[in-house]
Formats: sequence, C-alpha cells, structure tokens
Amino acid sequence: MLTKRIIPCLDIKNGRTVKGVNFINLRDAGDPVELAKQYAEKGADELVFLDISATLEGRKTILNMVLKVAEQVNIPFTVGGGISSVEDVDLLLKNGADKVSINSSAIKRPELINELSSKFGNQCIVVAIDAKQIEGQWKVHLAGGSIPTDLDLFEWAKEVEERGAGEILFTSMNNDGTKEGFANEALAKLSSDLNIPIIASGGAGTMQHFVDAFQLGRADAALAASVFHFGEIEIKNLKVELKNNNIEVRL
Amino acid sequence: MKTVIIDYGAGNIKSIQFALKRLGFDAVLSNNPTEIFLADKVIFPGVGEASSAMNMLRASQLDALIPNLKQPVLGICLGMQLMCNSTEEGNTKGLGIFDVNVKRFSNDVKVPQMGWNTVANLKSTLFHGIKDDEYMYLVHSYYAELCIDTISETEYGLIFSSALQKGNFYAVQFHPEKSSMAGEQLLKNFLEL
Repeated sequence: MLTKRIIPCLDIKNGRTVKGVNFINLRDAGDPVELAKQYAEKGADELVFLDISATLEGRKTILNMVLKVAEQVNIPFTVGGGISSVEDVDLLLKNGADKVSINSSAIKRPELINELSSKFGNQCIVVAIDAKQIEGQWKVHLAGGSIPTDLDLFEWAKEVEERGAGEILFTSMNNDGTKEGFANEALAKLSSDLNIPIIASGGAGTMQHFVDAFQLGRADAALAASVFHFGEIEIKNLKVELKNNNIEVRL
Repeated sequence: MKTVIIDYGAGNIKSIQFALKRLGFDAVLSNNPTEIFLADKVIFPGVGEASSAMNMLRASQLDALIPNLKQPVLGICLGMQLMCNSTEEGNTKGLGIFDVNVKRFSNDVKVPQMGWNTVANLKSTLFHGIKDDEYMYLVHSYYAELCIDTISETEYGLIFSSALQKGNFYAVQFHPEKSSMAGEQLLKNFLEL
C-alpha cells in the first residue's frame, strides 16, 4: 500500500539553514546538505527546503545548495520560496530538485500553474496554500500568511488542482506554531474535495497530532519543522507510533 | 565499463547520474546514437509527458535504436512506459519492447500516485538482495498492466507492473535514484549484470 509520508521542512537563508537545529553528531547545524543526509538516514520520506532569503544575492545561493543536496541525498526533495517563473523552475529542476513549490506567485498569476505543469509535468508542481480561518471562513493569505486575500481556501484549492498542480501543501495559519495539532477538519474537506495528494502543515506538537492528521484529516503527508529539528519527535519513533495506529508507513 | 544515460531532453536526469556516482560508477549523458550503441549499459530515464517525450526520441532517431540494443537497458518511470506498446497519455504509440499497454489510474484513487509503495512478487536478478515488500518511491499517473514480463507488482487501487523484464530490457516504474538504500541496491544490481 502507498504509505503516508513524513516530511521535515528546512528554512534556508543565504544558502544556510536557519532556526536552531539540535542534532547530536552534527558538525555544522547550518549546513543544509548535512542535515538533509541525516534526515534521510533517520527515515524521512521527503524533504522540503523553503528559501526565505530576502536578497537576490541570497537567492542565488539556493541553486548551489540544490545541486549539492541532489548529489548527496537519496530521497526526493522539494524547493520553495520566491519562485515566480518558468525559468526559475527550469533552473531548480536542472540542478536536481525533484519538485518545486509555488505560493504567492500562483495567486498573483494563476496561469503560472498551467504553464509549469504543461512544461514540466504536474508531478513536480506543488502549490502551497497558507490559509487562516476568520469568522468560520478559510481565507487564503499571501506573503507567509501576513496579507489576507479574498480567496476562499476550498475554491482556490479546486482551481489549483484544475490548473494542473500535482500536490497541495496546506498550512493553517491558525495552527502554525501552536503545537496544538493540525487543522484536521479543513484537511479532511480538502482531501474529499480534491483528487490530488494533500500535505498537512502547521501545528505539529505531539505524535498523536500526526495520527490525527492522517486519520481525521485524511492527509497524504505531514510536514513539520521544529519538532524534528529540536529532536522533540524522532522520526523513527513517530513511524512506529503511526504503524501501531494502523497507519501505513515506510519503516 | 561505460554507462550511458540517454539524454533526450526529458526531465531531471542528473539525479540518476548522482546516484550512480554515490555507488562509485561514472555515467555519461548522451543522445548520440553511436555512443549509446557502443555503451556497456544504457539507462533510459524520463519524466514529463509521453507524446512529447516520444517526439524528442524520434527527433534524435532513438526510437529505432533503443529496441535493437543488445546490452542491458534500464528504463525508469516514463522511460519504462515508453518501452511498452502504447500509453493512454496523449494516445501515444510506444517502442513496443514490452507487449503491454499503459493506462491511466482511475479517479477512485488520488492521481498522481505520489510516495513510497511496496514492490512484491520480485522475479529478477535486478532485485537481488532486495526483500519482497520493500518500499520504493513512485510518482506517476499512468501504469503498465500485469503481463508475462512482470517482475514486480505494486498495488494502488489495482495491481500493476512496477517492473518489467524481457531479455536484456529491464524497466522500473519507481525511481531507484530516489528510493534510499533499496533503490541504490537495484541500480548496483543493474550495473553489475
């Protein structure tokens, strides 16, 4: 059976990992390549690198990082952050990224999704959606969740699928950073509305939260950052716990 | 030993070259028919859309060459699908090496299938040292049906061929270059054939 995927997310600034990472036996906690290798060995199913560099100079370093990760890591990885054109994607894929994730640029110009999926295939186009529930309505937000739009999460997700996205990475701004669990109701609705895989993001604090994201939220994959980086949850232990709950995982 | 990865413009093939390098094998990327003909091992990759990939093969005159190769050939992902009779993707006629058709998954399952799934009923030396029900990484919307050349089965809504072999032609639907240690073992097996 197809397994549920566990995906650590690494924030990258100027080619280096940001936020503290608390691994033992790590020579350089800021080196994304070394971290990626460790995660692959620990049983991560995929990796996501999110480039949060603010400057053009900083962004340029991402290509070199992608190339090094592709050289040394034997699991798939997605690169997101600041991608706004066919050329951006072409360069990332040529340097060895398996998938790219777009967010604000798809909202600004939805045709970009069509262009990317017809040129590169829908399998490598992930559309990230940040949304916040305001007075019962899930509204899509821009720029890392700081700017609200008029878009309804479920309508936008449907459009994204129809335009050719291969996967949706849904982050609930209400849950992100709370460590109180994923937005399972919204996840379950996305999963039943759409016929492409959904990655849950935002809110992971305990192993039970992952169990819930898969069982209640019916997510296909779950993404988290700090609980993995600080060693609060070991991926191996998490997978054993999921297996004990009859959730199919790669062990 | 010379290994050639066929480079006909379809998708991210650097990952395969990197995976071979991690195993200590060098490989060259080429679309030159002579260089491919003379190689000891040939890898036929591919991601993207089937009909445009076939057009690119024709443009490099590789559609006639590949079915006549005598050395071990390994098709990966779309490469495997193009080695079959035909595919429903863009109603494309394939190379006809494997007498089987490629169909689209029904909407009873999420399409594309994306992630790790098991390979079972393993039947070839290609899987030497790889246990039944090992996990491999797959990303695809189309699948080859079961047939006499099936050497590995995977279930996703139905049971399909996740690997095929006929004589010197081998093909896998999954991405061995992205399938952790099990995938590396398979690539090593192929290179040591």
